[in-house]
This record gives sequence, C-alpha cells and structure tokens, in this order.
Amino acid sequence: MTDMMPLYEVPLYEVFIRSKRGLDHRHVGSLHAEDSEQALEYARDVYTRRGEGVSIWVVKSSDIVASQEGDGASFYDPQDDKPYRHATFYKVPDEVSNL
Amino acid sequence: MSTGASSDLCAYSIALGDDALILGQRLAEWVSNAPSLEEELALANVALDHIGRARMFYGHAAAVAADGRDEDTIAFGRDTRTFTNLLINELPRGDFAFTMVRQFLVDAFNVPFLAALAGSNEPTLAAIGEKALKESTYHLRRSRDWVQRLGDGTQESHDRAQRAADELWGYTRELFEPFAAEARLTTGGVTADRAALQPLWRQQVAATFDEATLRIPEDAWSIRGGRDGVHTEHLGYLLAEMQFMQRAYPGQRW
Repeated sequence: MTDMMPLYEVPLYEVFIRSKRGLDHRHVGSLHAEDSEQALEYARDVYTRRGEGVSIWVVKSSDIVASQEGDGASFYDPQDDKPYRHATFYKVPDEVSNL
Repeated sequence: MSTGASSDLCAYSIALGDDALILGQRLAEWVSNAPSLEEELALANVALDHIGRARMFYGHAAAVAADGRDEDTIAFGRDTRTFTNLLINELPRGDFAFTMVRQFLVDAFNVPFLAALAGSNEPTLAAIGEKALKESTYHLRRSRDWVQRLGDGTQESHDRAQRAADELWGYTRELFEPFAAEARLTTGGVTADRAALQPLWRQQVAATFDEATLRIPEDAWSIRGGRDGVHTEHLGYLLAEMQFMQRAYPGQRW
C-alpha cells in the first residue's frame, strides 16, 4: 500500500446462511465486497468452506435499520408488565384435552 | 491393459497432476499477500482445489504404475525436467491482474476439458473429471468476474489486465496441443481431444474480453515445451520452495 493509492471504503455486507432446508437463514458474520455479486462469492468462500450452507443471503450493512440501545426503555420495557401476551399466562381448563 | 497403455495412462495422469499442482502452488503464494482477507481465502480455496486435484491424478498414476511410488514421491521427488506441466501454470504469479487473467484463461479451458474428461471410459479419470468440473465451474465464475472488473475498471487496472493478457497469450497455444501418449489415449476413448476445444475456448475468451474492454492479443508468437520437461527458468525456484521439506527430510510425515 503506497501513498499513491486512493483510500476508499469497500462496502460492508452482512451474511446470512441457511444450513439446512427448512431452517431459517442465520446471521453468520460480515465481509467487505465491491458489490452484491462479489459479496455472494466471498460469502461462499469465507463462510461455507466446510459445507455449512445450502443458501446464502447478503445485504449491505448500511441497508439494515437497527434499533438503538437508547430505544430500549420505550421499545422493550413496556412488555415486562404484560404477562397475558404469553401463552403460559393462561390456565388450561381440565376439560380441554387437545390444545 | 497392455504395458504401453498403462504407461501412457500413468504419464497422462502425472501431466494433468503437474498442471494442477504447479498452478495450485502459484495461487497459494497469495496467502498472506492478497489484497483483502476475503480475496485471500477465495484464492486459497482455489489453490486447495488444484492441489486436491493433483493428489487425485498422482494417486491414480501411482496405482496404475504400481512401482512403489505414491502421490508424495511423485510431487516432491522429481526435478524440473521430469515435470510435465504446461508452461502457463508455472509463470510467476505477477500482480493480481496477471494472476486473475491467467486463471481465467486456464479455467475457460478447464471447464470444457473436464466436462469431456468426465465422459472418459476410464472410471477413475471420469470420476476426477466430474468432481473437478464442479470446482472449475466456480473458479471460472470468479476469474471471469475479475477479468471484467479489472478490464472495465480504472485505467490502471485495465492496463495491467491488458498487459497480463499480452504476456500470457503466447502460452495459451500449448493448452490445445496433445502430447504423444495423450493422443493415443484419445484414440482409445480414455480422454478428450484438447485440440478440438480451441474454437469454443477462443469464443468464450473473446466474449469476456469484449465485455472487459480488453483486446485479444495477436497470435504473433507462442511457446511450448512443458510436456517435454522443457520449462521456463521459473519452475526450478518454485520446486525448490515447494519441495524443500521433503528434500531436507526425505519421507518425513506429520
């Protein structure tokens, strides 16, 4: 790397891999690539070398909208006092045998 | 199988193994030198595919010859004059453009060649052809992609890719020249006629070069000799590095 080389950011991509048919894609990591086609090839080379996947998704990290740490109080805390949203809140009557 | 046929098959398997091993070694030189971590892993994957291919060809040659040699003695126990790889595989890796243009020219040959080899009437060669074809199909996707990126990229990357194409062009003719043992095997249905693959190869290379805004070099010169063990000065240095451990500690295993 010399001073002559222009420095610019190669875009970051997030990689999601489905390990088996029927399972969900899971986030496995990220990588740098010039475009989505190259990101897909690099994902294959970096993350599926040991036969980990049957399907790969790549998405530009900058296209992901993420919740912020500061949103925690308003996003999640209100759920703490709403136990009726969980199935376990409800008693199953003895008469119900199949649920 | 007659002695002549089995010695042809042995020589042929070793030649194809040499092509794969030497190119694999050149690609492996990028490990710790590649432009990015992602590209380094990708190059290493391709290198390992080639080295794995060499092992299969050498293993087959050893089984056919049954003279006590194994894949390691074939890879590490020979000097330049008995290596029979095509010259294009041994040229120094050069810059990244050179590596990728070479890879593209070789991959574009390997895909139709291995597809034809998969149809061999010799079961082991057919099986190797089938396995290697899947690998080379991916290699070609990558190397074609890079040739387009570099050729149609910046002025600098275009110039480097064109320079690489100009330097490599004269070494591509050898890809289509069967040696004597191979020609006999082709007649027997054991392998494909590599000479017949040239028109398709040229057409594919021309299409990619066109998209990459690269010019097909003129057929002004060509050089051959790899199959006869007549190599460039570069092969000796490659072997010296690759074979060092087995030369210093013969038979060493881990």
